[in-house]
Amino acid sequence: MHGLVNRSIQCFLRDTYGPDVWAGVAVDAGFDPQGFEALELYDAAVTDAVLFAAARRLDKPREVLLEDVGIYLVGVEPLRRLLRFGGESYEDFLHSLDELPDRVHLAVSDLELPALALDATGPSRYRLCCVGPQPGFGFVFAGILRAMADDYGALALIEPGEAAGELETVAIELLDSSFAAGRDFALALPEAR
Amino acid sequence: MDGARPDDPVVLAAADLGRLMPLSLWVVPDGQIRAAGPTLARVCGPDPIEGARFLDRFELTRPRSAATMEEVRRLAGQRLQLRLRQGARTAFRGHLVALREDRGILVNLSFGIAVAEAVREHRLTSADFAPTDLTVELLYLTEAKAVVMDELAALNRRLRAARSAAETQAMTDALTGLANRRALDAALARAIEAAARGRRGFALLHLDLDLFKRVNDTLGHAAGDLVLLRVAEVLRAETRKHDTVARVGGDEFVVILPGQVDAGQIDAVAARIIAGLEAPIDCAGKPCRISGSIGATVSSHYAVPDAEAMLGDADAALYASKRLGRGRCTLFRPGTRLPADKRKPGRD
Repeated sequence: MHGLVNRSIQCFLRDTYGPDVWAGVAVDAGFDPQGFEALELYDAAVTDAVLFAAARRLDKPREVLLEDVGIYLVGVEPLRRLLRFGGESYEDFLHSLDELPDRVHLAVSDLELPALALDATGPSRYRLCCVGPQPGFGFVFAGILRAMADDYGALALIEPGEAAGELETVAIELLDSSFAAGRDFALALPEAR
Repeated sequence: MDGARPDDPVVLAAADLGRLMPLSLWVVPDGQIRAAGPTLARVCGPDPIEGARFLDRFELTRPRSAATMEEVRRLAGQRLQLRLRQGARTAFRGHLVALREDRGILVNLSFGIAVAEAVREHRLTSADFAPTDLTVELLYLTEAKAVVMDELAALNRRLRAARSAAETQAMTDALTGLANRRALDAALARAIEAAARGRRGFALLHLDLDLFKRVNDTLGHAAGDLVLLRVAEVLRAETRKHDTVARVGGDEFVVILPGQVDAGQIDAVAARIIAGLEAPIDCAGKPCRISGSIGATVSSHYAVPDAEAMLGDADAALYASKRLGRGRCTLFRPGTRLPADKRKPGRD
C-alpha cells in the first residue's frame, strides 16, 4: 500500500486521538511508531495490521474508522482543495470521481486508487462503485462523499453498501444541492503562501 | 454524405461562439470589437469591451506590435502574444483568423503559462473555461505537486535531523558526552589548518588521571564512571565554549585551546583543572580522591604544525609530569629533549 494512504491513517489517528494512541496502535501492529514515509510503498499486510490494531484499541468497527479517515482527509485543506477541483457543484464533483484515479496518477504516479465509476440509479440517486484489490476504500469514499457534501453545502444521504468480492459500493441520494452556503473555493490560491 | 469543403462557411451566433470559446473576440474590419466571449469580457472589465476598439484595449507584443488593423490582419495564423493596455495588464497568448465576406477577424486567446495569476486576479472559476480547456487541470496539478513537494520537504527535514543526531552520536563519548577520538582528530585537523594559514595558533593539553585505577579497583566501575563524569564537568567548567575537550582513552583526555596561548595561561588553565580534579568526589558516600597530570604544547613551536608530532610531544611532556610527581603540568619546549617515554612505571 502506498505510503500516502498509510500516512493518512497515521495522521488521522494522531490528530484525532493523540500521538499516544497512534504510538500504541503502531506498537500493537508491530510497526515503528515513527510512522510511515509518504512516498514509500508498504506491504498491504502492514496497513491491515494497523487498521486492526486501531479498531481494537479504539473499540470501533473498522468500517467506521475508515469512514472517519475519509471525513478527516476532507478536513485537510490542501486535499479538500484538490477534491474541489472536481467541479463547481456537488453533482459535478460526483461526476468527476471517475477521473479521480487518473488525476491522482498525474500527481503521484505510483499511487494506485481503486477504479471508480458513478452510476445513476434514479432521479438524484447514484451509486459509486470502487473496484480494487485492497478492501475498505468504499468506506473511505463514503466518508469523503459525506464531508464533501457539507463542503459544497449540499444535503445528501450517503450509505456504504455490502462488499461483493473486489466491488464495494456507496449509495448516494442528493436531496438538495444548495441546502447551505458551503465553503469557499477559489481556483487559484491567494498569492501569499 | 460529403464532408465540408475547406471554404464552406460556418454560420455561428456570436453568443454560441462565446460559449465555445470563452476567451474569443470578433473584431470587425474598422477595428471595433463586435463580440467577446464571456470570460474575456469579464477579464477586460469593468468598461464594456464590446464596442471598444481592439487596438485601444490590446497591445500586441509578439511576433511584433501592430498599429493598424491591416497590420493585425497580416498576423493571421501566427502565434501571438498580447496584453491588456488597462488594469492588471493581463497577458495572453492567442491566434487569429480572417472571417469571410469582409466580416473582420476572429481572435482566440488563452492565459498561457501565467494562468494562476490571471485566475487569482479575476477570480475565475472552472465555469469560466471551456470543458475542453485543460487550464483547471493545470492548476490542479500545480497544487497537487505542491502537496507532494511538502511531503518530500518534511521527509528531508526528518532525514537531516536523523543524520545530524547520528553525526553527533558518532562524534561523542557515550559516557561523558565529551568529544571522542574521531571528533578530536577532526578538531585538531581544523586547528592545524588554521595555524598553518597563519591565522591563529592553539595549545594542546594532554591529561591523564592520577590514581584513577585505584578508584576503579577498590570501588568498582560504577564509581569509576562517576569519577569520569566529574572529570568531564571540571574540564567543561575550566574551558571556553570554543575549546575542544575530548576523552581519548579510559582516563585520558585532550584539550585544544585555540588562540595565542602563552606558557603562563597554559599553567593557569592546567592549575585550575588539577585543582578541580583534586576536590574530593562523593562516590556513594565514600570520598574519592584523584588528581591529574598534564603535558602541553603550542602550535607556535612548530614551523609546520603536525598532529602526530604535537600529540607525541604533549604525551612526552605528560610523562615528564608523571615523573616529577604527578598533579602538575609540563609544557613541552623545543630543543629540550624530555626523558624518553618509558610509560609503564609512571602511569596511572
